[in-house]
Amino acid sequence: MSPDFERRRARLVLALLAVAAAIAVLAFMTLGARGSWSFVLSFRGAKLAVLVLVAYAIAVSTVLFQTITGNRVLTPSLMGFDQLYMLLQTALVFLWGARGLTLLDPRALFALNVGVMVAFSLLLYRLLFARAGNSLHLLMLAGIVLGLLFRSLTTLLQRLINPNDFAVVQDRMFANFNGADGQLTLTCAALVLVVTLGLWRLSSTFDVLALGRDPAISLGVNHHRTVTLILMLVVALVAACTALVGPITFFGLLVANLAYLVMPSGKHRHTLPAAVLIAILFLVGGQTVLERVFAFNTALALVIEFLGGLAFILIVLKGRVR
Amino acid sequence: MIEIRNVAKSYGKVRVVDDVTLTIARGGLTSLVGPNGAGKSTLLSIAARLIPADTGTVSVDGLDVARTPSDQLARRLAILRQDNHVTARLNVRDLVAFGRYPHSKGRPTAEDRTHVERALAYMDLDGLADRFLDELSGGQRQRAFIAMTLCQETDYLLLDEPLNNLDIRHGVELMKLLRRAATELGKTVVLVLHDVNFASSYSDRIIAMRSGRVVLAGTPDEVMTPDNLSDVFGCRFDVHTIAGKRIATYFS
Ligand SMILES: Nc1ncnc2c1ncn2[C@@H]1O[C@H](COP(=O)(O)OP(=O)(O)O)[C@@H](O)[C@H]1O
Ligand SMILES: [Mg+2]
Repeated sequence: MSPDFERRRARLVLALLAVAAAIAVLAFMTLGARGSWSFVLSFRGAKLAVLVLVAYAIAVSTVLFQTITGNRVLTPSLMGFDQLYMLLQTALVFLWGARGLTLLDPRALFALNVGVMVAFSLLLYRLLFARAGNSLHLLMLAGIVLGLLFRSLTTLLQRLINPNDFAVVQDRMFANFNGADGQLTLTCAALVLVVTLGLWRLSSTFDVLALGRDPAISLGVNHHRTVTLILMLVVALVAACTALVGPITFFGLLVANLAYLVMPSGKHRHTLPAAVLIAILFLVGGQTVLERVFAFNTALALVIEFLGGLAFILIVLKGRVR
Repeated sequence: MIEIRNVAKSYGKVRVVDDVTLTIARGGLTSLVGPNGAGKSTLLSIAARLIPADTGTVSVDGLDVARTPSDQLARRLAILRQDNHVTARLNVRDLVAFGRYPHSKGRPTAEDRTHVERALAYMDLDGLADRFLDELSGGQRQRAFIAMTLCQETDYLLLDEPLNNLDIRHGVELMKLLRRAATELGKTVVLVLHDVNFASSYSDRIIAMRSGRVVLAGTPDEVMTPDNLSDVFGCRFDVHTIAGKRIATYFS
């Protein structure tokens, strides 16, 4: 493929994806609307904001996590990062009680949650990748075990806290695309914006990092520092998205690998926007179809997890695991 | 000048590089030879700051490689590792263009593109430039990685077994190219070679390693004797002088 042909094809695919995503958004906003338009638009607009934020956060965090870890199978959620967020949240309720927490500014609470999670994930990552960095199978296993561990600890803590508090946290254990409130959406949007600015400044290193540690260092990237920064930003995205809708295991894997598949090269200026658009298409389009066509309101998480799980199995079976 | 001072590296209890002190002068072609596991790759990787040494220092033009900012070194020194594979789907031209990253930081200029095309031509890759790496033979892929290293246009070039997988023609052409780079452009080239005759025919200096130590260093004429070679490699050698070059045979 010549450079020109590649560029044209990338533009074409991105344009098609953008159109498809736009159609999904339009359908979501307008299909089956009854009553006052201003009410419909603001009500649906709030839900749309959540879906788009989550799509963006999952797509970007997964692609970049795969870049810095040099594989196309592991994702932040497969490493148990979103379960870690749930555990931290439950631990906070456990320590201070749900009422104690409501005394805190929800934004401060969120910031605390994200901060602790970033610190923990860095530790986890350094421990894991320093020891098992060259064995993808070992890392996958560790991720699954850690995810289970975090989940079990979360459940344990939930048994120990009082029933009222339990109701508060239990709600958040499963992905739910309808539950986020406006305040939280705004906070997460702000976080995602800040993360994006940070990533923008590092963006020239993405393609180089995808070559692996040694080539990246040879080409003058301060590997340790850059990877740590990107990981922190990725974890912040995972936190935002888990706070909004709860843990989602396989969706990131699905959109990232679809993006690699449809784009003519692995360059991040191609794969990142493609992954985001595909994620928006899936989430917004899926929600539209489920809500308006089948009148299911809560099945979206189930459907995307099913598809994502299927993708996971396919990728593993195809022997892409290296 | 590359100065390696008292460098040591162990993995577990095994000393892989054992107190190596070595100076490689500016300009010229130096070959590093020795049996498998002698520590050649490890030493080269330490010199190129890819592996930290346990003790000792390496400096390039007086810059300590462990302390100097990585991007500053990347404009001065390039390394080709022994094993190269990338997970990302890349074509040859994209890979070679990465060699310009230290200069252009991801925003290639017209001049960068000229360098890329020249490196492609040097490695006889013009016809393969648009192929993906996973669609190439081992030797073609090796040439692509060499082209990327050349494209970095550094004064110092460290190449770990660059002749791996190359056919005879491409092997000889690469050695001639590196010879010219050393003689005409004053580049400092350090190569790990497994073929002592290539080392003998093109090097200004040969350094032999065994069990993590430098056991010999000198001109090809000095190093290429039956006793020296059998001492380093642990098998019998005969050395002949053919067309003014010392050539070893090791089949008897
Ligand atoms: N990451 C590592 N972990 C443990 N041992 C290693 C590692 N890398 C190299 N070694 C060992 O160090 C020795 C020297 O390796 P190397 O420098 O690659 O040798 P050479 O390039 O001379 O063949 C070998 O015995 C090898 O097994
Ligand atoms: Mg070696």
